[in-house]
Amino acid sequence: MAEETAWQQALRKASRANPYPFYEELRKTPVARQPDGSYVVSTYRELVQLLHDPRVSSDPRKRPGAIPGADPLEANIIEMDPPEHDVDRRRMTRHFGPPERPHMIADLEPKIRRIFAGLLDDMKGKTRIDVVDEFAFPGPVTVICKVLGVPLESIPRFHGWIETALDGLDFGPEASDPEQQRRLAAVPAAVVEMRQFLADLFDQYRKQPGPGMLSGMAHDNGPEGRLPQESLVNNAMLMLFAGHETTVNLIAHSVLSLLRHPDQLEKLRRRPELIVPGVEELLRFESSVQLWHSRSALEDIEIAGTTIPAGSTIFLCYGSANRDPERFENPDKLDLERPNNEHVGYSQGIHYCFGAPLARLEVQTAVSEFFRRVENPRLVEDPPPYRHNQIFRGPRHLWVDIDGIRD
Amino acid sequence: MTMPATVAELVRTFKANGRIVIVGASLAGLRAAEALREEGFHGSLTIIGDEPYEPYDRPPLSKQVLKGWVPADHTKLPRLRELDAQWRLGVAATGLDRATRQVRLADGEQVPYDRLLIATGTRARQWPNRTEAALEGVYTLRSRDDAARLQQALVARPARVLIIGAGFIGSEMASVCRELDIPVTVAERGSAPLVGALGGVIGKIATEMQRDHGVDLRCGVGVSSLEGDAGGHVRRARLSDGSTVEADVVVASLGSIRNVEWLEGSGLAAGFWGVGCDAGGRAFDINGVVTDTVYVAGDVARAPHVLYEYQFLAMEHWDNAVFGAEIAAHNMVNLEPDYYPHLLLPGFWSGQFGVNIKSVGVPPFGDEIVFTQGSVKERRFAAAYGRRGRIVAAVTFDHGRWLEYYARLIEQSAPFPPPPPGWDRPDDMNPIPADFPEPGVPTAIPDVVLTGHDPNERRAEFRPRRR
Repeated sequence: MAEETAWQQALRKASRANPYPFYEELRKTPVARQPDGSYVVSTYRELVQLLHDPRVSSDPRKRPGAIPGADPLEANIIEMDPPEHDVDRRRMTRHFGPPERPHMIADLEPKIRRIFAGLLDDMKGKTRIDVVDEFAFPGPVTVICKVLGVPLESIPRFHGWIETALDGLDFGPEASDPEQQRRLAAVPAAVVEMRQFLADLFDQYRKQPGPGMLSGMAHDNGPEGRLPQESLVNNAMLMLFAGHETTVNLIAHSVLSLLRHPDQLEKLRRRPELIVPGVEELLRFESSVQLWHSRSALEDIEIAGTTIPAGSTIFLCYGSANRDPERFENPDKLDLERPNNEHVGYSQGIHYCFGAPLARLEVQTAVSEFFRRVENPRLVEDPPPYRHNQIFRGPRHLWVDIDGIRD
Repeated sequence: MTMPATVAELVRTFKANGRIVIVGASLAGLRAAEALREEGFHGSLTIIGDEPYEPYDRPPLSKQVLKGWVPADHTKLPRLRELDAQWRLGVAATGLDRATRQVRLADGEQVPYDRLLIATGTRARQWPNRTEAALEGVYTLRSRDDAARLQQALVARPARVLIIGAGFIGSEMASVCRELDIPVTVAERGSAPLVGALGGVIGKIATEMQRDHGVDLRCGVGVSSLEGDAGGHVRRARLSDGSTVEADVVVASLGSIRNVEWLEGSGLAAGFWGVGCDAGGRAFDINGVVTDTVYVAGDVARAPHVLYEYQFLAMEHWDNAVFGAEIAAHNMVNLEPDYYPHLLLPGFWSGQFGVNIKSVGVPPFGDEIVFTQGSVKERRFAAAYGRRGRIVAAVTFDHGRWLEYYARLIEQSAPFPPPPPGWDRPDDMNPIPADFPEPGVPTAIPDVVLTGHDPNERRAEFRPRRR
């Protein structure tokens, strides 16, 4: 058997807690051809260049030999190209931010504050907490339900479907293991159920308008019209899972990173305003979206001394680009005051994360409040256990011993 | 002491005890002052400005302020740090004596300096006929006060506004008038709006945009005279084609004049296009010798640009003010080999008629244009400008997120036309002449200009026709 590439090694489950040594190896070849013919981009400059290149498609349906319907997430805006992408994205963002809803995020602040404060209140009397299950997950999932207008009672149901779908996805050498094959086989049923759930929700909102983006999108009479039913469901699915999974991982990773770097935590305690640049650095340091899989070259693209042939799949490794020493001085050092921190944690170009303002507010609030109120937090297990998914990388649990919760 | 140790000692002493004077208290002046402190300059810092106000932001004046969304006095620039500077606001600099290193102020005071930064920017070109310019209802737009007055005039709902000149500011004002549902006529001497900055191909699209939004756009005509009523209020304009326009508000949007008059006799390379300086912001004297004590930044600076055959480039752009000021500030408190170059790719944005227009590079340097992405018909597209087979600039209409791609191509002098995109291709992707006006054709001067290789450019001169 041929030796595994650095990319394949980075994707192994055993590397999830620390893929960085493999990324360092990977960056020696900024655009690296893999045995299956795909190309992995791991350096900052090349990754940013391709994010802005109009010869790169985000739509897996345009790849040679693509099977329609194979990807459960397809036909949402993150997997579409202009001009359709631009129209659909506008039909969504007009319910989320400026110019139509300039105050939407700012107005959520008191609610977000209350949600995270309540979760910390619930930890009173405990000496050991799971930061993921008791804080990093319930906060963002509640927020996204409020933003979209998804009933809170449905959280356990859709959380299960999302877990199943994310567990089934694997781009590494372990994809062919029987256990992983079984997980993959469970994905379509979960996606069907989730689609049905969201389709029913839209039906309900069409009859009876309610608060939140989904109802707004179902009744949209904007200049470019309404998203068709199929796109409504696809994009609702995208917003529902991308709208909290990434934030969950960032909050959990932020707590973990700060507990691993007591000097930075001490600095943050002395100067709480550092949370704003700090969250950018925490996202650079442990990127919530480690890689993206859906891009491909529509023409031959010459880059970094190689040619990506038309039709090739391109993996963008954000997690590695954010640790590229050519762009970030001492990239493996956490520095809450890092100057010129233009990380790619939210991507760049036309697919730049439109939920970024919401994520920033949530994580700034959650992490500030956590370290203000939790007394003497100590990591129980380092590294913590990680979730299976390679894209949405984050701890499955994060056990922390505490002395109490301040008011 | 070794030479490097001597240089280090000089730098240290200057940072501790030097005297720096900045003339110009707008964006470039403020950002330079902040950058100087950021560089560790602890000496005395004086900022001189002819306007009585603290530094404010100009781009909103022709947009949010005119629309009435933001009061003109709510445009103060955010401060990036503490300054500890002496502000001399409301008093203009009137002279410079380089021999004694003193700036002369309008109130007669002399301010001594060890290092001087010239950031005096530009002012609006007034309507050339003074009597007509003095009529009530005749405006220009450059300052906060201008914007406040014009906004008040729009609130009074004039029967018609006449805008003379369809450059960016004129077009933005026309757009605001239409948004406020005020009838507006635009008179442009050139063949189309924006033609000086973006050429005739884009100018044609801008023409359609204006007309679709109900602007009475008249191109190829000048305004010969303005007429007032008995009360001294403007009522009518006579156009060069013999027609007349009844208007009770007239805005002269005739471009800008660089504020260099105060440098008369200073021996600096100052002229029509501004003050010549090297790419590090050090001013040239009239013989083309670079000075050690005088620096230039912002709209009033013109410096050779590596991407454009080292021609001197003058840029009236927001980011040029910010980044040029930072570079000049750094170089003011350092010595060789620690000088930084100001290697900015020019860029600007404009909002008009619901479309966000952005550009990088120097479009008039190109002679060909090709639509590269999107749809011209839907007015969402990207286009690239080429010259002798390389890409030199790009413009986007509601496609600003792609600009970074073109910026990289321009920086690399990549081939023109660029490779076609993988999707959303325009109907016609053949390069065509960009159709810039011939030199000498009277139209708005673009806000980014290549001004030749002579550091002491004095040849170009604006001579309004005398009647």
